Amino acid sequence: MLSPYIPIAIFVLVATGFAVFTIVISRLLHSSKYNKVKLEPYECGIEPVTGARDRYSIRYYLVAMLFVIFDVETVFMFPWAVIFDRLLLFGLIEMLVFIFILVVGYYYAWQKGALEWV
Amino acid sequence: MIDTFVIPLVKILVVLNATLVAVSYMVLLERKVIAWTQSRLGPMRVGPYGVLQPIADAIKLMIKEDITPVRADRWVFTLAPIISMVPALIVYAVIPFGPTVTIFGHAVPLYVTDINVGLLYIVSVASVGVYGIILAGYASNSKYPLLASLRASAQLISYEVAVTLTLVSVILMAGSLSMVSIVLAQEQARVWYGFVQPLAFGIFFIGSLAETNRAPFDMPEAEQELTGGFHTEYSGMRFALFFLAEYANMIVVSSVATTLFLGGWLRPFPNVAWLGVLDLIPGWIWFLVKSFVFLYIFIWVRATLPRYRYDQLMRLGWKVLIPLAILNLVATAIVKVWWLA
Repeated sequence: MLSPYIPIAIFVLVATGFAVFTIVISRLLHSSKYNKVKLEPYECGIEPVTGARDRYSIRYYLVAMLFVIFDVETVFMFPWAVIFDRLLLFGLIEMLVFIFILVVGYYYAWQKGALEWV
Repeated sequence: MIDTFVIPLVKILVVLNATLVAVSYMVLLERKVIAWTQSRLGPMRVGPYGVLQPIADAIKLMIKEDITPVRADRWVFTLAPIISMVPALIVYAVIPFGPTVTIFGHAVPLYVTDINVGLLYIVSVASVGVYGIILAGYASNSKYPLLASLRASAQLISYEVAVTLTLVSVILMAGSLSMVSIVLAQEQARVWYGFVQPLAFGIFFIGSLAETNRAPFDMPEAEQELTGGFHTEYSGMRFALFFLAEYANMIVVSSVATTLFLGGWLRPFPNVAWLGVLDLIPGWIWFLVKSFVFLYIFIWVRATLPRYRYDQLMRLGWKVLIPLAILNLVATAIVKVWWLA
């Protein structure tokens, strides 16, 4: 049952191993001549005045929330699409109701200006 | 024992090596194609016509100084490129490069594994890559990378919704989530899904440009506004991992597009019988040719189109592509009921 997943587990190990290996190898090979200015965060040659983790636009948070809602709804449609051959008209009507509710929420978000960027 | 562990391991190593070679030559191809569109020659010095350039680049990135800025979160700073590299590679586990072939009397399927939730696996693993980007921006503790990583993640998740919705239309057509079954369904239907789902293919193509941070949607790396993007503070091998991940992702989306919309390993026009002579060419060559065409279009688009503005990008994703994708999904479902009834 789980045997098709064994190659994936091996692949995860090999890929992680590759990424770690290249970093370790380059750490052994690379030159290092550091000084204070070189290790400063980049800010177009000016000395950084404040920390970077400042307040930022609420829009990003809003987009992330909308994404969670819409993506979860989309994932609900995956199993429906797989057995659609057997559900046919029943499945179609059920899913039209589901998509209708989704679209109402989408329309609401649009009207509230959640999709406007500026 | 051999079937469970050794054969998959050999396949994984072959796929991994092929990917890395493809990625490094993809970079060279991109530089060459963009140079030709601008009447330049591109890299010419390393080897004949610059064909050894990727090797020189790899050695250079290996021995370059690797800087961790003083304010950075050291562990997360190293972890971020690994998190963005690993998902870009492990997606190849479910991509079918060809049908089952016979090598030395053994039946060898030309894919690492075939799981019954293949497409869901691709969608979910590809989403993990976003963590690499956002952690890179956070760990750098520098203004430009943080802004760029927020932009990049907002862009990726916005287009993810539209792309996932188009995938549902394809699943509706094929009735399966397994990548191999989707190709076989196209063989049975005798048509590539790109022809019966042109709208889904278009949305998928635009979405895949945005999801790989490619022009015209390369806002996260807009040099004029954000210097280098989320990897501004990265150098040496850790930068190289981000670079590899980006190009590996491009090859992933073109392979997925090939499998879902261009018939995977099938020959062109599977409905025309007299073209059966094309079956003499092995399936995996068709697969590679189709993926290559898709990748070439990626470069072509980058060489041709100017960059979008960020608010235009979000508007396109949320207000155009998502409604179109929902419409396409509903239309597909209705047509299918009507067809089967």
